[in-house]
Amino acid sequence: MAHAVAKPPRVTRRRTGGPARRLPYLLIAPAGLLMLGFIAYPMLSVLYYSLRNYNVTKPWRNGYAGLDNFTRIFTDDPQFWDTLVFSGKWVVTEVLLQLLLGLALALLVNQTFLGRGLARALVFSPWAVSGVLTTTIWMLLYNPSTGISRYLADAGIGTYGTSVLSDTGTVFWAAVVAELWRGVPFFAILLLADLQSIPRDLYEAASVDGAGRARRFLHITLPHLKDAIVLSTLLRGVWEFNNVDLLYTLTGGGPAGQTTTLPLYVANTGINGHDFGYASALTTVAFVILLFCSILYLRLSKFGGEAK
Amino acid sequence: MTTALAEQGTLPAAATPPPTARGRRRRGSDQGVPRWQIYLPLGLYLLFTLVPFYWMLLFALRPAGSNALVPWPVTGEHFQKVWNERSFGIFFQNSMIVGVASLVMTTAVALAGGYALARFEFRIKKGFMLALLASQFIPGALMLVPLFEIFKNLQMINSLGSVVIAETVFQLPLSIILISGFIKNVPVSLEEQAWVDGCGRFRAFCAVVLPLLRPGLIAVGSFAFVHSWNHFLFALMFLSSQDKQTIPVGLNTLIGADSVDLGALAAGGVIAAVPVVIVFAFIQKWLITGFSAGAVKG
Repeated sequence: MAHAVAKPPRVTRRRTGGPARRLPYLLIAPAGLLMLGFIAYPMLSVLYYSLRNYNVTKPWRNGYAGLDNFTRIFTDDPQFWDTLVFSGKWVVTEVLLQLLLGLALALLVNQTFLGRGLARALVFSPWAVSGVLTTTIWMLLYNPSTGISRYLADAGIGTYGTSVLSDTGTVFWAAVVAELWRGVPFFAILLLADLQSIPRDLYEAASVDGAGRARRFLHITLPHLKDAIVLSTLLRGVWEFNNVDLLYTLTGGGPAGQTTTLPLYVANTGINGHDFGYASALTTVAFVILLFCSILYLRLSKFGGEAK
Repeated sequence: MTTALAEQGTLPAAATPPPTARGRRRRGSDQGVPRWQIYLPLGLYLLFTLVPFYWMLLFALRPAGSNALVPWPVTGEHFQKVWNERSFGIFFQNSMIVGVASLVMTTAVALAGGYALARFEFRIKKGFMLALLASQFIPGALMLVPLFEIFKNLQMINSLGSVVIAETVFQLPLSIILISGFIKNVPVSLEEQAWVDGCGRFRAFCAVVLPLLRPGLIAVGSFAFVHSWNHFLFALMFLSSQDKQTIPVGLNTLIGADSVDLGALAAGGVIAAVPVVIVFAFIQKWLITGFSAGAVKG
């Protein structure tokens, strides 16, 4: 392409001028229109409604509200802070544990051993399982009378009738384990792909120089994986923040609102409470917080900095 | 690398390694790791992964009221019940329609957009890229109400089309980025060769680029299918009548029932899992190379 342009500049530009110049716009048009109509427009309507009172059950109050909704969020809504704190706890716990287990798993199945192909397929398999199906499976396991705790009690571990999902002391970790089960393969797959791109002679050279396993990991593997780790943790963090289907179906945000994340709270306010103006303001705040945290994270981690 | 690739997909290759690769002198990234340090943690993790799946199969296959830890004798009663009485037959059909339609739509639209990003310089390119990335931060769950209003105005509430559009839209940004990464990996010179030979841009693309994009298309297509097969909030909100609902919504109904029928729930779970497991088994050897070629480099 560059050669063709360099030789006879005039002619080429004219030839590719007319329809060819419009071609990229035609190509992105379907995607662009869909995203304008079904992402940008709803986004803008959320912004618009965040400045208004809009409640289907109280139509007489509907109208311009200025910043009232936002004032209420920050000064008069303890539930907002509770759910925000829980969201933070949930995201950090999940991403950290998924990353650690995923990295360990990736290193493990990157070794050469008998039956590796099958082992990979099996440990990665929950990757494709949905939140609702995860709930289905773990509800069967957590069931107090027929679940795994009953068989453990038979064997003398724990007590009969343990209901981890309705006990405020255990519900958090019960949900965390279920989400880990389907979340770890995502990291393992991404990090394994990156592990395989590390040139093998680097390790051989380091071995010759007498570097042990731990030092090779710290000085070769980790620096190489850094960008992939930053990117995957960011994507997963945003995803864990936004995704509600597991908590919605497994705990319903309960018991006593204990496992309600901010998006779950917003969905409850907007859909069940019909208070769409306030839900829109909450959405806006959530979006800004998410964007701010992501930019901060990318800055602090110096993404793409020294690696390339 | 070549040995890693050979062993990754096909089991027989892994089962019969060349004799020199045995023992201490294997060519793994770390040499001389004792076998038990691999098999012990792997075994523990496999237990964590597989026991939940087994538990579901157990409940789906053993007769109601049984406490046996082995599903024997096997019964089909739960499957029959869930498929007929709980309408999972209809749900399955709806989920298939939504999954396949989103797959086709996402792949086609992302292919066009990805090609534009990979092969052209144009004025709004940067802005378009930025929009793709920024859209990752928008929670679909928070868009439910405005989307509901849009589909109501389009008179598409309670039609599968609304779910297909919503799933496609939220799947598009990542798919476009992924596909453009794959297209960038196809040398432009191959296409130019075809133009010289008298092909138009479109024919050159179909004849030269498309066949080379197979892994990328498989990755994007199966992500789209799995995503829309699994996703449940849009279907829950936009589809009101029972004959239009999808499998995840059906599962949620079973979960929320006053007295949960565990056998039926487990059988429903197995029905929900089967297509996804088949897709996963089909793509798993592409998954790792697909990610490294498309996502990480692109």
